[in-house]
Amino acid sequence: MDTTTGYLTVPQLNELIDLIKKVHGFDFSNYSKASLKRRVLRIMQLKKLEFYDLKHTLVNDQHFFQEFLDEITVNVTEMFRDPSFYKALNNQVIPYISSYQHIKVWSAGASSGEEVYSLAILLNEVGLRKKSFIYGTDINSEMLKEARKGIYSLRKIKSYAENYQFSGLKGSITDHFTIMYDAATIHSELKQNTLFSVHNLISDNIFNEFQLICCRNVFIYFESELQEKVLDLFYNSLAPLGFLCMGSKETIRSEKFKKKFKVINYKENIYQKIGT
Amino acid sequence: MALDKNIIDRWQKSNILLLGGSAGSFKLIFSIIKNFNADLNKTVIIIIHRKKNFYSEIEKLFAENSRMLFREISDKDKIRDNTIYIAPANYHALIEKEKCFALDVSDAIWYSKPSIDVTFESAADVYKNNCTAVLLSGANQDGAEGLLKLRKSGSLTIVQDPKDAEMPQMPEAAVNINAAEFILSSNQILELLKTEA
Repeated sequence: MDTTTGYLTVPQLNELIDLIKKVHGFDFSNYSKASLKRRVLRIMQLKKLEFYDLKHTLVNDQHFFQEFLDEITVNVTEMFRDPSFYKALNNQVIPYISSYQHIKVWSAGASSGEEVYSLAILLNEVGLRKKSFIYGTDINSEMLKEARKGIYSLRKIKSYAENYQFSGLKGSITDHFTIMYDAATIHSELKQNTLFSVHNLISDNIFNEFQLICCRNVFIYFESELQEKVLDLFYNSLAPLGFLCMGSKETIRSEKFKKKFKVINYKENIYQKIGT
Repeated sequence: MALDKNIIDRWQKSNILLLGGSAGSFKLIFSIIKNFNADLNKTVIIIIHRKKNFYSEIEKLFAENSRMLFREISDKDKIRDNTIYIAPANYHALIEKEKCFALDVSDAIWYSKPSIDVTFESAADVYKNNCTAVLLSGANQDGAEGLLKLRKSGSLTIVQDPKDAEMPQMPEAAVNINAAEFILSSNQILELLKTEA
């Protein structure tokens, strides 16, 4: 792919960020600039738009804005991404939370639902499905429509087979889907205790109290200050001794929050809320 | 063939060494980093294609055989001198203006994540002419566009001679778009990167 021809200066990128905030209400100002810039350039190339056309289209074409949002909020995800994480969750977190009467789980940055359903499969396999409830949230309402359907191409599901196998769960990933031609639909009982809704980590508040929050590979798109702000939201959304799972290359760096979380698994970045 | 004085000079002046490799590049990268002393006074960034899920022995081997600090990149790591970084499997590694890494899980490029193109382009953006970039053996076309961008920004760009590479496609792709300022054999590459400032 040629990503070298496009050109976008820092002031131009900031101008776009301001414009999107004013017109559409999404605030990307504290997003990591390198990847944001790369994705804006990518959509400029795909759509063959120069900077000024891009600005004009962003203001005047609501349909285009949705496409733009899909492109710049990365929606690439896998079921059972990082199988070793699911193993750790099963060994180190599940035994602890299984003693609760109700288990509320929040998957933040749920995108098209792969993580929510991976968690649903895991909870089902360990016999906790009926007393647990998983909330999947994202800023992208179109993605959530896909998530609610729980239908994936068979090709995609097959590409997750290896992840599933390494996660330590028995059987195969296709056991949890009904397959018709090239579409795989997640079993309806796995969808029962899930809810997908729009939530913006940057501008929205606490909406419930959770025993487990998974927010994996979302922090990588935020600058350090914004990461800290979102950590605060998670801390306040966790029940005492609740668990926070971040991506395997995302760590809590802020001294303030290092004191408020205990490391449960250093490699998989699983933390437990301590203190009050 | 003796190395050009100009190329030695520019390698010594650059602060960042970028190494991009795929199939057939491991041995050479290994030998390169094994040669470095702890006080190279440069940052080395390695992007090597490999499978996800197999927590590979690559990181371990590199770490054990390097005198420099060796680190798999974590998100927002500050980029330091005298350190070798390797992009983690299943993530792209970008560089921020503030001289720290930012990871990204977006689509694979040339079926590769990490993609050499992504890191090279990002390095060209931030470090301009301050890099030495070496593109090695591989069976796809990743890295060529990124290397071209580095060349245009004034960095020193080197491609392993396709005749000398186990898999010639990747270096060939770079040569074809004129991204290589120098085409060197693996021995010449080793020789060059051994010369210290």
